[in-house]
Formats: sequence, structure tokens, C-alpha cells
Amino acid sequence: MRIGKKTALNLLRDSDLLELGRIADGIRKDLHPDGIVTFIVDRNINYTNACINKCRFCAFYRDPDSPEAYVLDEEQLFEKIRETIHQGGTQILIQGGLHPALELSFYTEMLKSIKKHFNINVHGFSPPEISYIAEKSGLTLRETLLTLKDAGLDSIPGGGAEILSDRVRKVLSPKKIRSSEWLEVMEEAHGLGIKSTATMMFGSIEGEEDIIEHLDAIRSLQDRTGGFTAFIPWSFQPGNTEIAKQEPDVNSQPATRNPQLIPATAVDYLRILSLSRLYLDNIKNIQASWVTQGLKMAQAALRFGANDFGSTMIEENVVKAAGVSFRVTREDIINSISQTGFRPAQRDTRYNIIKHF
Amino acid sequence: MLETIKQKILAGERLSFEEAVALFHDDDIHTLGKLATSVAEKKNGNRAYFIQNRHVNPTNICVNRCRFCAFSRSTGEKGAFELSIDEILRRIELSPEGLREIHIVGGLHPDRPFEYYLSLLRELRKHFPRIHIKAFTAVEVDYFSGISNLGLRDTLLSLKKSGLDAMPGGGAEIFANSIRERLCPEKITGERWLEVHRTAHLCGIKTNATMLYGHFESSEDRIDHLVRLRELQDQTGGFQAFIPLSYHPQNTDMGGRYPSGIDDLKTIAISRLVLDNFPHIKAYWVMLGEKLSQVALLFGADDIDGTVIEEKITHAAGAMTGEGLTKAEMVNLIRKAGKVPVERDAFYETVKVYA
Repeated sequence: MRIGKKTALNLLRDSDLLELGRIADGIRKDLHPDGIVTFIVDRNINYTNACINKCRFCAFYRDPDSPEAYVLDEEQLFEKIRETIHQGGTQILIQGGLHPALELSFYTEMLKSIKKHFNINVHGFSPPEISYIAEKSGLTLRETLLTLKDAGLDSIPGGGAEILSDRVRKVLSPKKIRSSEWLEVMEEAHGLGIKSTATMMFGSIEGEEDIIEHLDAIRSLQDRTGGFTAFIPWSFQPGNTEIAKQEPDVNSQPATRNPQLIPATAVDYLRILSLSRLYLDNIKNIQASWVTQGLKMAQAALRFGANDFGSTMIEENVVKAAGVSFRVTREDIINSISQTGFRPAQRDTRYNIIKHF
Repeated sequence: MLETIKQKILAGERLSFEEAVALFHDDDIHTLGKLATSVAEKKNGNRAYFIQNRHVNPTNICVNRCRFCAFSRSTGEKGAFELSIDEILRRIELSPEGLREIHIVGGLHPDRPFEYYLSLLRELRKHFPRIHIKAFTAVEVDYFSGISNLGLRDTLLSLKKSGLDAMPGGGAEIFANSIRERLCPEKITGERWLEVHRTAHLCGIKTNATMLYGHFESSEDRIDHLVRLRELQDQTGGFQAFIPLSYHPQNTDMGGRYPSGIDDLKTIAISRLVLDNFPHIKAYWVMLGEKLSQVALLFGADDIDGTVIEEKITHAAGAMTGEGLTKAEMVNLIRKAGKVPVERDAFYETVKVYA
């Protein structure tokens, strides 16, 4: 039976984590009875760090006119893709800042040239980017998505969701698209047959109700479209971010729950992960976030609802900019999975298994 | 979970060797964690402890060259160091207010006389009369008894008289001889380690115990280790805390892998269940990472060690943790695990409850 918002809120506030974990573990086992834990070999490519959104939790972005701002040229991009394929990669995750000088043609040309030269899945452009491209080009979201799809876009990453509660977004990322627009981009994309993931960044200033609101928004949309392949909760990393440097403003409106910005702890992570597995009964895969939690915690996460280890991340820049860097090889991931008694398997973007280990 | 074992634990009965081994082969980690928590709560309520402490390593020069160690050097080797007593005093003076314990362990130095260690203790006692000194593993104490020609008992009594308050639990590794021969052939045997601790307890010196796991040993070797500790504790009652140490492979001769996070949590829980006569199980955050040590508080641990200023030994072998945590960070980790943070001294006396 499906749990409601009120039950979920109670579970988040006050429940025995081991009991919650046991239930989540049982659901994971029912959905994935063969004991397989998957991962994908891919690379994060950030085509630009210039961004007009300037989210206060982000340590990666630069002002478009900053001397540290960059845009990758085609040769740099191709070299990264060649390395990815050479290492057995099947996907590139292309994301970047909202760069005011880049037109729709920049994105379509990039996609076309990648597809012309390489056989690789392009998992690209989170909803804030797609919304920005649409706005600048004067096209509707649907037209923009169709243009990008025709140019070679295969699937969309679930980033930029942060917490889908406008109360929180106003403080955290006032210039970033609102919840409804994030959901609208995903709904349009799913309608065009473009699959996506969904993320949630918790542990900044949100309250417990905001987390439930987020989970509920994802579940409702998934009921309509079925287009989410996976859900990925991860915790805010405060290093080098504007919001962590700033003096806490106790009078801010809306009031913030976490004015000192103490990072979410491991127990918080496992609780939210387990609750996600319980609540999102219509999403098949839940990813463990070794990038933010480390390999040992990701292993523990496999018994608290997660069934996927995410990406090998041949390159990762955004979390690293916030001072968190776990260096991990594909072998580390395979070993980490088999060490915990699961069968490691490499998958593609749509969770088809490519290779068992 | 094997039902009979569960019933025994809930009834407060002691687990046999075979039952304890069976727990390692059981996949139900959630029940295991709950059972361990129920035992921990009987002993320590909802409290979880931490301490404001710092580490001092007087030297890394060591006549033993254990294969799992990335810290030790030979005399004259690159990276070898030895601190004078004055240097040690200066470092401790720089520590933040509120320090309760100095944890001192070092290599087996080929040339330093026993008197160096005694005068180190005396100087520390003189300069920092309110800070507890937890110093010298059984391996070092055994070595001192050789260079002093005093025998074990008088060596320990001399150390105690000079200011030693308690002993750490290091050097236990795995007691089983077959594993020890591969791990650290030059180190004292498991029997000798237990003998040193027995003698310390008889001299009125409280000690801790450790177990280095995740290398060559089997589940049976781990349980053998725990059962031998349990037997000694039955006789002396001198152990305060047991600290399972998760193997770190980097920069060691042995290499290998880190144990899994699941194995770490299971080992904490099984330690809590087997060592029914130990008051405390410590999830040492430097080894486990602060994240896993926090989760370990839900698997039977009641202590996450301390602020640990200047940890060097685990970091030499690839610890992914920082070199220290603040008091506020420790309090937050414990609170978010749903426990009441209690700052303690070296003898688990309450310094402050963070209600």
C-alpha cells in the first residue's frame, strides 16, 4: 500500500532507522530479486562554468566575465569523449552553467558533432539549462526539447531539482527555475520519449516538509509519465559555497531551519534514502551517492534501499569544487559491490545490463 | 537471524564461539544492529561518549616492521623522526582548552633508554596535572621491560608511578598465531599481549583492547580474538573499551582492500554482542570515517573516540578522514544519531552532558 505525505513526514521525523532500512531493503529485494547492483561507466563533462544563476550552494560557477570562466572547444570535448569510450564508457553527462552568450545553435551543433563522430549516449542538460535555452531562443519547452532530441540528445539528467519547494528555492537559488518549471521540463521531455533521472539535494536549509513535498512532486509526475529511470538523493556539500560563507541570517524570510549550515550526517542520509525507497514506489532504481558519501557509506546504502552505484565518474568537477573528492576507479566500484554480497553489473543509461562481473 | 541466538541475546545470555561465528554469516544486518543496540542501551542507556584528546607519537622509528604498518621507519630512513620531551610539551601547550587525555603511542626505538619514557611521563604530569595520560601499547610495555630489565610488573609500576593513568589497546591485531605470523612476525604473541594487559590490570591500570580486522583473518579468527578478551575480562575487569580497527591498505607492504562498510558495521555489532563484559564499544572515527562511525552508534557502539588532534598512523595508510574533529562536530554527529552526547575523561567519567 502506498504511503501518504503525513506518514512519510512521521517516518522522517521519528522512526527507528534500522526498521526503516529493513523495510527499504525488502522493497529493494522485491524490485531487484536477482541481487544485482548496477553502475554505469560515464564521464561528467561540464562544457562551461559560466553561469548567471549564481546559486548560493554552488562552488563551481564563475561569472561569465570572470577570468576563470571557460567554454570547452570541440577538440577538448572530443578528447574527453574518446577517453571515455576508451575506458568502456557508454554515456557522457553533459552539463554546464547558464552561459548568456551561448545560443541554441551552440547546443545543437555540439550534439550533432558528437553524434557524427561517436556512438555514445548523450545524457545532457538539466532542466534549468533547457529552460534557459528555450527562453533565449524564444521557443516553447516542447520545441526546444524536440530540437535538442533531433540533434542527438538521448536523455536528461535530474540535476537542478535541489529541493522542489519554492520556499527553499527563494533562499538557496533565487534565480534558478521554480519547482513547477523543473517539473514541466521533465513532463515535456518524458512526453517526447526522453527519459530522465530525478535528484534531490538535501541538508541545506530545507525543512522536513520540503523533503516530503519534493518526493511527492516526483511521485505524482512519475504516475503521469513513467519517464524517471532513477532517483538520486544526495547531501549538500557546503565547502567553498557562498551560502556557507555568509553569516547566518536568523531573521531571513522564509526562516531557515539550518542557519549554521551543518552538513547532513550519515544517519540523515540513510534515513532519507530509505524513505525515498518507501515513498517512490513507482521508480525502479535508487542510486547510492558514493561521490558525496564515500564508498563505505555507499556500500551500507545498498542495505538501506539503493540498488545502483551510479556512475564511475571518470571526471567530476562540481562536487570537487566544494572540497569533496573521493577518487575511485571502476575496479573499486566493482569490488565494493561484490564485497557486500551483490553481483556487480555494468548498465547503460536505460538500466539495460551490458556486462556482468 | 537465527532465532535461538536472538532469544539468548534478549535473555542476556552469553554467546558461544559457534553462535558468534554464525552471526558473521547472517545477512540480516538490521536485526543484528537492533540486538546490539539493545545490549548497548542496557549498559549505557541512550548515551554516546566522546573525549577531547590529542595524539602524540614520540617516534616512528621501530625495530618491528609489521607488514600492515605505513607509519614505521628505520633509523636514518627518509621520514624517520624522534621528538624530544620539550618538543612534545610544546605541542601539547598549543592544544585547545579543555583537553582531557593525551594518547601516546610510538615505535620501538632501538636506542632510547627506559628513563626517557619515565621522564616524559613525569614532565607531562608536572606540566599538565589535570590531563589524563593514556600511553604505551602492550607491545611498547613489553619492549620497555626488556630494555629496563625490570620485568613486566615492575616496568608497569614504574610507568604508573611516573604518571601513567591508562593504557591504549593497540598491538593486539589478531591473536591467532597463524595470522600473526603473516601480519607482524616480529611483534609479541597474542598470549604475551594478553599477559601484559593482565599484569597492567593487576597493577590497577585500566586498559583498552583492539582488533585489526579485514586482512587475512577468518570469522573464526575474529571470534577467537573476542573470546580470549572476554575470558581475560572475566578474570580482571580491567578493560574499559573495545575498539575494532578496520584495516587500511594504502602504503603498506600487504596492500589489499578496505573492508566493506557493511563488514565494519557487522563487526561493531558482533563485538558488542560477544563482549558482554566490556562496558564500552568504540567506533573510532579516524578509522571508520565520521559517517560510518556515526551509523555505528546504531549498531552497538557507544563511543566515537575524540577530537584526536594530530593523528598520524592511520593517515599514513590512507585514512580518508581529516586529522581532527571539533567538539561541536562530535556533538552534532551523536545528536543526529538520536543519542545524548556525553563528553568524558579517560576513565569514562562524565565531563559534560550535552542535553
